[in-house]
Amino acid sequence: MHTLIQSLATEGAAATEGGHAAYAWLLIALPALGAAILLLGGKRTNKFGPALATGLSWASFAVGAVIFVTMLGLGAEERAAHAELWNWIPAGQFQLSAGLLVDQLSMSFVLLITFVGSLIHVYSLGYMEHDPDKRRFFAYLNLFVASMLVLVLADSYLLLFVGWEGVGLASYLLIGFWNHNPAYATAANKAFFVNRVGDLGLSIAIMMMFATFGKVDFASVNAGVDGASTTQLTAIGLLLLVGACGKSAQFPLQSWLGDAMAGPTPVSALIHAATMVTAGVYLVVRSHAIFEGAPNAQLAVAIVGAITLLYGAIVGCAKDDIKKALAASTMSQIGYMMLAAGLGPIGYAFAIFHLLTHGFFKAGMFLGAGSVMHGMNDQVDMRRFGRLSGAMKVTWVTFGLGWLAILGIPPFAGFWSKDKIIESAFAVGGTRGWILGLATLIGAGITAFYMSRLFFMTFHGKEKRWTDGQHPHESPATMTVPMIVLSIGSGLLGMILAFAGFAQWLHPVFGGEEHEEHTNWPLMAITLLVVAAGLLLAYWRYWREEVPKRAPEGNLLTQAARADLYQDAINEGLFMRPGIHLTRALVFTDTKGVDATAGGLAATIGGFSSRLRRLQNGYVRSYALTMLTGVVAVLGVLWVMN
Amino acid sequence: MTTLPLLTLMMVVPLVGAVVIAALPAASAALAKPIALGASLVTLVLACVGWAQWDAAGPQFQLTETHSWIPQFGVSYAVGVDGVALALIVMACVLAPVCILAAWNDLGEGAGEDPKRTKTYFALMLSLLPFMVGVFAATDVFLFYVFFEAMLIPVYFLIGLFGGPRRQYAAMKFILFSLAGGLVMLVGVIALYVHGPGGADGFLVEKLIGNVGGSVEAQRWMFLAFFIAFAIKAPMWPVHTWLPDASTEARPATAVLLVGVLDKVGTYGMIRFCLSLFPEASAWATPVITVLAVISVLYGALLAIGQTDMMRLIAYTSISHFGFIVLGIFALTSTAGAGSALYMVNHGFSTAGLFLLAGFLIARRGSKRIPDYGGWQRVTPVLAGTFLVAGLSSLALPGLSSFVSEFLVLAGTFQVNKPAAVIATLGIVLAALYILLMYQRIFTGPKPNFTDRTAPLDLSWREKAVVIPIIASFLVLGFYPKPVLDLVNPAVKQTMDIVGASDPAPTNAGSAK
Repeated sequence: MHTLIQSLATEGAAATEGGHAAYAWLLIALPALGAAILLLGGKRTNKFGPALATGLSWASFAVGAVIFVTMLGLGAEERAAHAELWNWIPAGQFQLSAGLLVDQLSMSFVLLITFVGSLIHVYSLGYMEHDPDKRRFFAYLNLFVASMLVLVLADSYLLLFVGWEGVGLASYLLIGFWNHNPAYATAANKAFFVNRVGDLGLSIAIMMMFATFGKVDFASVNAGVDGASTTQLTAIGLLLLVGACGKSAQFPLQSWLGDAMAGPTPVSALIHAATMVTAGVYLVVRSHAIFEGAPNAQLAVAIVGAITLLYGAIVGCAKDDIKKALAASTMSQIGYMMLAAGLGPIGYAFAIFHLLTHGFFKAGMFLGAGSVMHGMNDQVDMRRFGRLSGAMKVTWVTFGLGWLAILGIPPFAGFWSKDKIIESAFAVGGTRGWILGLATLIGAGITAFYMSRLFFMTFHGKEKRWTDGQHPHESPATMTVPMIVLSIGSGLLGMILAFAGFAQWLHPVFGGEEHEEHTNWPLMAITLLVVAAGLLLAYWRYWREEVPKRAPEGNLLTQAARADLYQDAINEGLFMRPGIHLTRALVFTDTKGVDATAGGLAATIGGFSSRLRRLQNGYVRSYALTMLTGVVAVLGVLWVMN
Repeated sequence: MTTLPLLTLMMVVPLVGAVVIAALPAASAALAKPIALGASLVTLVLACVGWAQWDAAGPQFQLTETHSWIPQFGVSYAVGVDGVALALIVMACVLAPVCILAAWNDLGEGAGEDPKRTKTYFALMLSLLPFMVGVFAATDVFLFYVFFEAMLIPVYFLIGLFGGPRRQYAAMKFILFSLAGGLVMLVGVIALYVHGPGGADGFLVEKLIGNVGGSVEAQRWMFLAFFIAFAIKAPMWPVHTWLPDASTEARPATAVLLVGVLDKVGTYGMIRFCLSLFPEASAWATPVITVLAVISVLYGALLAIGQTDMMRLIAYTSISHFGFIVLGIFALTSTAGAGSALYMVNHGFSTAGLFLLAGFLIARRGSKRIPDYGGWQRVTPVLAGTFLVAGLSSLALPGLSSFVSEFLVLAGTFQVNKPAAVIATLGIVLAALYILLMYQRIFTGPKPNFTDRTAPLDLSWREKAVVIPIIASFLVLGFYPKPVLDLVNPAVKQTMDIVGASDPAPTNAGSAK
């Protein structure tokens, strides 16, 4: 009892039952309804389906906004609320209800998902206008929004897993949306398979929670953490990290994200930049109690983040495909979030802070890339862009704001979130602080370089490198308005959240002491210098100098980066080829060996295989005979026994 | 109402239906299908009545009927159901009309049909139903054995008369394996009577539980006799090889009833007979069985990945899924036990979905070979979408029914045997491979060239009527498995009590207690 009170104190207020969570199910139900209508209604919904889906997504945002305003009206300790929905799995010892947890953390996500999600619905009205399967596209988008909301609102790991796979399914369906192109179908499968490897970790983590705590809901697991051994917590933490790596494309499960760009660009913006891929960060932050009890697992999170942020940044420098460069950047930025989440209490708020700002500026840039593709006949090769700033003014300006935001130039969004992560990493102190801090600092420099490279190659430069017959034009208002809204977010969101006290808002979720915020001015200056260096280098090479239309061969590092640091070759050599050989060998032995042996054995036991073979037509008779023999045998034996 | 011999009626109604169909004059052979469908629907209604009467707090066996049959040898006609048996019977009664509807045009349509063949086909299909009810409802070991063996006959004819080009081979292989198992079990049945309490009702399960005498060795031998028969039926590695042949040569509807329902006799028998009658021997054999189950999970999945025949592929996925079920049964925890029982029901539906939809596809293209397809999502979008949902259920996507059961099996196993659970969990990655690679090969890629005249049509209303209950079961049991869990929980508890197993306490239950 004592520890319960203690845990309540450190966990902040226990979620009150009902309250503003009572209507949270509507958040999920509205887009789910949209998906159901569009999928079951079939062609009849072709006409109004996309608009309906968009409307329901906005309706979900409206519900979220109402809940959010209600929460603001409550004291910090009363903002967490819980709603039990139904008795989901009552199976012997395993008892679990489905319920929703509405707290500061989940609501931050709800607003991001529904707002950015709805904007991207609007954008898609324009982007997908001429696609014959437009209805199916919007159905999947609604399905995605509903699943993502399940993921962040779930009150247990198992229900979270339902949302987790739901978004994975939506991602699979949307990456493969144009699956008449076999390469795209393969990309969709790859995303699902790699994510399943991550799911392996998440599944086993949940099993372990059940074995350890007897429950798998957040409240019970958090309550049990105090008494659990470090070994148990470390195992659970590392397994959760495996799950997070799959979903968030973190090293070593990062290989699917680049290929995922096969999906229509609004999908890349929503799922593969702003929301789904950040679910791993959510999982780690939501499980903070476990990681706090397992310092080694926590360190592993930070290390994975550090590796991935550099990995993505390096790959991003060599990509000429605008979407793949942005994908590499996403990977790298999520690496920052992961690293922050691995820093412990000082990092959680900044991980989520950066997640939100990134959601805006990266989604904005992806939509910008989509707009460029829209105007350039689906060209994605940046070597065939150049000086588009004149032809596409809105796209250029909105993209530019996103670019400034990701670079971390004050006062744009990234400055407030990314710089805080760099600061926090150094603040860890000791060798660890230096290593993690330097990784984030170097990453910032490389980011400045590759993002400026991308921006200059696309919108600026010495000359236009367009292919013949290209007439780039600005996109329609359905597309530009969402871009404008997101770019305003890229400009201002960081400042707003910083001054509104986002860290304090989240604090009750994590408990513990509040951290004094003090700005490390010298470090900020160094960071800006590093960023400026990256920017200038890019300016030198991609604006002042001519950009060749075909990529030069480059040095070994460039070649490696262009090949994603050989991730596919490694996976293929380690897993795919041995797997194929194993399967083939098994198929061979199953028909030649196991079948023959088992068949022979069965025949021997049956004892009349040859007779059966001879009596091709009459062996039912012999079957009946056998039955009869059997019965007679029974009777005989019984008679003897009596 | 309560005195109605429901279980017997559920066998009599389809049996009468089958006899009527067989007796139909050739001129009115067209009635065969409606009669089959009607009789199976009446049986379904009876099953629902039985479910409504079932009381979770009541005795282990309910809806019981006991009549002396061959008292000299202790044989009774005794039927009754516990929650697991009832859940399986309800599943069988749902799948029977679904399969009959799916098989509607198997032998051609209207004038193209041979009236005699049509009659035989539907009479045989309907005649499976009494056996499916009887084998789960029998509470007399000898009666169970009779059902267990006799149900081979209609299956044999369904495969041998109406199957694919290698039907003779497949039917014979099926019979050989089953007979081998059956004969071994017969030895066990005889020995069981010898070592049991004997008397005029000595084969009653209730009498036998806790009263099986004989030396430890004798009990182990008897256990093995039963287990081998059930392992062949289930089917487990390495005695699984009859299943792919039988499934691919059988008509899809037959394959569903065979793999989805009749094979459950194997896993059901393990609970009802192996565990309940020979608890000590079960504990003795558990380590080996667990290993075999884990091998089945991975082996079936790997083999499925390597298949090019879609019916064989689905058959191999079943071997993998049966591995999970057996793993959960022998984990002997309430969580895994409930998971296994639920899995038996869910697997019936997801297998039905895959087999029947594959059947619809094969009916359109005339080939079971996966490489003969490609791009069909753009030819038959509804068929593609429903196939994908059935596949996702098979790969246990969270939110669909199989996930709940698979997770419960793994979580319950993890409590007592971490390595087995962890290794079996690898199956979830392999499941994604076999399902999505199959989907990719059949449905994605460039749209095939059909002229408008030859382009296959999407699902008809009849076919949609087949698919809807199956997909509904995925969603309902995925989000609300409680009705089935409420049925099976008491039965699992009773089995655990008999075996003397108890749930391990959580290593750290937290401070909330």
